[in-house]
Amino acid sequence: MPASLFPPYEDLLRILPEIVLTIAGTLVMVLEPALRPERKRLLGGIAIAGLLVALWGTAVANLFRGPAFHQMVVVDGFATFFRALVIVVGILAVLCSIHYLQRERPDSGEYYALVLFSVVGQSVMAAANELIMIFIGLEISSIATYVLAGYLRDDRRNNESAIKYFLLGSFATAFLLYGIAWIYGAAGTTNLVEIRRVLSTPELAPPRFLVGVSAALMFVGFAFKVSAAPFQVWAPDVYQGAPAPVTAFMSAGPKAAAFAIFLRVYMTAFEPISNRWEPVVWLSALATMFVGNFAALLQNNIKRLLAYSSIAHAGYVMVAVSAHSEIGTAAAMFYLAAYAFMNVGAFAVVTHFARQGEKYVDVDDLAGLGHRQPVTAALFSIFLLSLIGIPLTGGFFGKFYIFKAALEAKLYWLTVIGLLNSAVAAYYYLRILVVMYFHEPGEAAQTVSPVAPGVKIALWASAAGTLLLGIFPSVILDFADRSAALMK
Amino acid sequence: MRHLWLIPALPFAGFLLNGIFGRRASKAVVNAIAVGSVALSFLWVVKTLLSLGGMETPHAERYFTWIESGILNVGFELAVDRLTAVMLLVVTGVGLLIHIYSTGYMAHEGGYYRFFAYMNLFMFFMLILVMANNYLLMFVGWEGVGLCSYLLIGFFFLRRSASTAANKAFIVNRIGDFGFALAMFLMVVQFGTLDFAGIYPAAAEMPAEQTAGILTAIALLLFVGATGKSAQLPLYVWLPDAMEGPTPVSALIHAATMVTAGVYMVARSSALFLQAPLAMDVVAIVGLLTAVMAATIGLTQFDIKKVFAYSTVSQLGYMVLAVGVGAFGAGIFHLMTHAFFKALLFLGAGSVIHALSGEQDLRAMGGLRKKIPLTFATLLCAAVAIAGVPPFSGFFSKDEILLAAHHHAPWMYWVGVITAAMTAFYVFRAIFMAFFGDSRGHHHPHESPPSMILPLAVLALLSLAGGFIPVPRFLEPLFPAEGAHHDFALVAVSVGAGLLGIGLAWLFYVSKPGLADSAAARLGALYRLVYNKYFVDEIYDATVVRPLIGGSRAVLWRGVDAGVIDGAVNGIAQRSRDLGILLRMFQSGNIRSYAAWVLLGSVFVLAVLGVMGGLR
Repeated sequence: MPASLFPPYEDLLRILPEIVLTIAGTLVMVLEPALRPERKRLLGGIAIAGLLVALWGTAVANLFRGPAFHQMVVVDGFATFFRALVIVVGILAVLCSIHYLQRERPDSGEYYALVLFSVVGQSVMAAANELIMIFIGLEISSIATYVLAGYLRDDRRNNESAIKYFLLGSFATAFLLYGIAWIYGAAGTTNLVEIRRVLSTPELAPPRFLVGVSAALMFVGFAFKVSAAPFQVWAPDVYQGAPAPVTAFMSAGPKAAAFAIFLRVYMTAFEPISNRWEPVVWLSALATMFVGNFAALLQNNIKRLLAYSSIAHAGYVMVAVSAHSEIGTAAAMFYLAAYAFMNVGAFAVVTHFARQGEKYVDVDDLAGLGHRQPVTAALFSIFLLSLIGIPLTGGFFGKFYIFKAALEAKLYWLTVIGLLNSAVAAYYYLRILVVMYFHEPGEAAQTVSPVAPGVKIALWASAAGTLLLGIFPSVILDFADRSAALMK
Repeated sequence: MRHLWLIPALPFAGFLLNGIFGRRASKAVVNAIAVGSVALSFLWVVKTLLSLGGMETPHAERYFTWIESGILNVGFELAVDRLTAVMLLVVTGVGLLIHIYSTGYMAHEGGYYRFFAYMNLFMFFMLILVMANNYLLMFVGWEGVGLCSYLLIGFFFLRRSASTAANKAFIVNRIGDFGFALAMFLMVVQFGTLDFAGIYPAAAEMPAEQTAGILTAIALLLFVGATGKSAQLPLYVWLPDAMEGPTPVSALIHAATMVTAGVYMVARSSALFLQAPLAMDVVAIVGLLTAVMAATIGLTQFDIKKVFAYSTVSQLGYMVLAVGVGAFGAGIFHLMTHAFFKALLFLGAGSVIHALSGEQDLRAMGGLRKKIPLTFATLLCAAVAIAGVPPFSGFFSKDEILLAAHHHAPWMYWVGVITAAMTAFYVFRAIFMAFFGDSRGHHHPHESPPSMILPLAVLALLSLAGGFIPVPRFLEPLFPAEGAHHDFALVAVSVGAGLLGIGLAWLFYVSKPGLADSAAARLGALYRLVYNKYFVDEIYDATVVRPLIGGSRAVLWRGVDAGVIDGAVNGIAQRSRDLGILLRMFQSGNIRSYAAWVLLGSVFVLAVLGVMGGLR
């Protein structure tokens, strides 16, 4: 008897978050033309509601752990962790965007649909267990993000950002796709677990050369998406040019999802050849940290500075990846969660402060914010201290676990250099603190308006998350530890 | 349960109250919260210590499990033993006095509530640091005090030098913290725990052939942390600049408490250091060199706070020397007496500065003895204490250290004695220049309010009599006996050196003024070298800071970060319906070079991963 056309009930529950998000996104698209400009923010409410339901859906899906749709997706702790993470990032990004959009482009509401679709793609990436699904998820996420980066059509910076992101992103994705083709040719399957089985069975194993090339080609695709050196060049331009809330979103969500597929592919399918890829990841981690931190030293534009900082943080996560152990995977997961909160928080401040047309985006514009808006400045300080890695913030424990994992993997030099890098990094974050607190209020701070309600919620929530991960890290770490063992 | 958590929690509550509501509260309320919370904390320390009695074993309290991951299990755990008891009394006692003093000193400054909020936050972190029962929690306090120090140094943010100094302090400390963090990681790998109670017995049982490598590395890395926090060579450069902060901050953080954290940490880790003789030697020599070097600089400075700042660096060198030669008890003893007399020196200096409406240059002072007699009297108490005149406090603690140094290596003793003579000289030089002779400035000095004089009086009493507190004996059960016995001749020599220093200062600055200038002129180049602090800041600037920034600029700015978002490709973007867009885009410069980057990177990754079969 042929299999039923309709998939089993559990399988559908396992992709509940994606279903919910797709419906919400479609709803936004359908309602959009019917709403007058001043009511478009309703769509933001729908998006948030959809994301919250999807968060619940993630919890429901987590009750039905296991593979679905012929092993194409798998619901495990790892998938649940990253689904929840990207959805939370989505919520924070939408909160930051509502006021921004009303100000910059009140006539359009597709923005929220794009965010939702991008999150769908990331959520698929989190749960994908098979290379084609990974590719589909990545493309769903990326294409929506390309559009978001250029959302303000009349802004030249937006256009430049979107075009660069799109062209280079497609270029890099081509490498990924080519890598998938190679491994399919070599191993005869696109399922990660199957690839692993083939590679680790001596009589089935394809020539090492083929496997190495495909791992390398896929590495290019992944490294590009996580902005790891030497494929980080796009990030500063794109982050600087895109609308601030979009930058908040894409520096956290897509990056986390890209690390999720990176970890899953490399820790599952390519783990049998880990001694081959470990040095590459190692070197890339090193270069990423250096490029990010040292280039950030020189930046005046705060979005560009945070872009380089985000590159540097990708470098720290790469350190965790190169540890290629379960502890390393757990450390990367924890770090990405901490990073999402502190980075979205920092960009939320930028969103708030930049004002109409993103006029105030230089570090010096922040002068005296500590006196004009002490609460905003204090919250920003929490994010910056966390980015530096001061204890009692999530950033500290994130680095702590990563370097602990690296040491346990006997990566002594990488640990030393990584720690030194994080000492250098203190300098450029500190500059922002100095300007905020130790400089006289300038024109930008004098004219600063009250924080919009959505941004305010995002700020407080991000700060709460940053501190929660710093004071009670076990909450997340336990889960990450238990979820780091991927399906093999 | 003795509710140890209350000790740090009280100042933290003060921080929260003042930080959130202080803006709208009156000064009296801010004072009451700030001073009251520290006073209660002090009282709780006293009550706890009395109820704990002899403290033969540490009293630990675990509040919750902080981290539980794989092998590592760290609790939020506070503990009190004899060492912590001494530190607690010093931190909360001196801290309380300085808080009281600040209510007078800061009365006319803006951002009053902010100042006290930071001060209370500092107390919180400092108390966490000394009460922590594992290295991770200690590190929390360690970073926290650094942060507060940063905020307080930069308190007068309108002065550009203040924010520069704050930055310098933070960055230099980050380098030290890097050592601390690395040591922590090594301990996790080696011992699988960060609890003091877990590490020390394990370290004591390690066979000698193992200790040489890993324990020495751990001890040295911890010491890197200590050199940052306790301003030792080569990381001492931040402390003199830190005097940009308000004077009470210099007294509390940069003299009495935070900067001694490194000494405390080494003493706390004595079980590790004793297993690593090489590290101990490094500690002792670094301490001794720092003591001498800073003392020589102190001889030539004219800013009263700078003189005392270099004196602090020098005295910290003594403490580090003490723990380096294994005299942990003596080191902590000197830490305590130093907290008394150095806090007093700074507060007294603050009183002088306050009286002269902000003047800090010794050359503009003079003849203040009769105008602010109370300040003079208290400063004199501190000066005799630091100069090692018996029977005042500095004499006892310094002597313990010098005797231990002699027991370890006689040459260290002699260097220490020379330093002691220089110490006496520069302190009395400052006293004589400020209080004797004719008035050189045009100020109308006025004595400080009672809220400032009272703490001075209490500290003066402690500076004079603090040496009779038998700290080394109290700490004996914690540390192995040093075996240095009392030698009258050695004591006499060091006392003589101190008196000689005082005498010379009298000769140079009171009986024959002008002699100092001619001596400086005769020494010429040497004098200029010392006066300019051996050009260490300039050397660091030329060898570390500039290459770093310049390198970043040259390599990254031109090579990697060439792109700027300025809408340069917008002419093309506007023609986006044009089919030739792709081509144009690739010709527009940035994109093409970025794509080239991606391509080059891919070739590299392919070569390494695919063809060469990995680097291994």
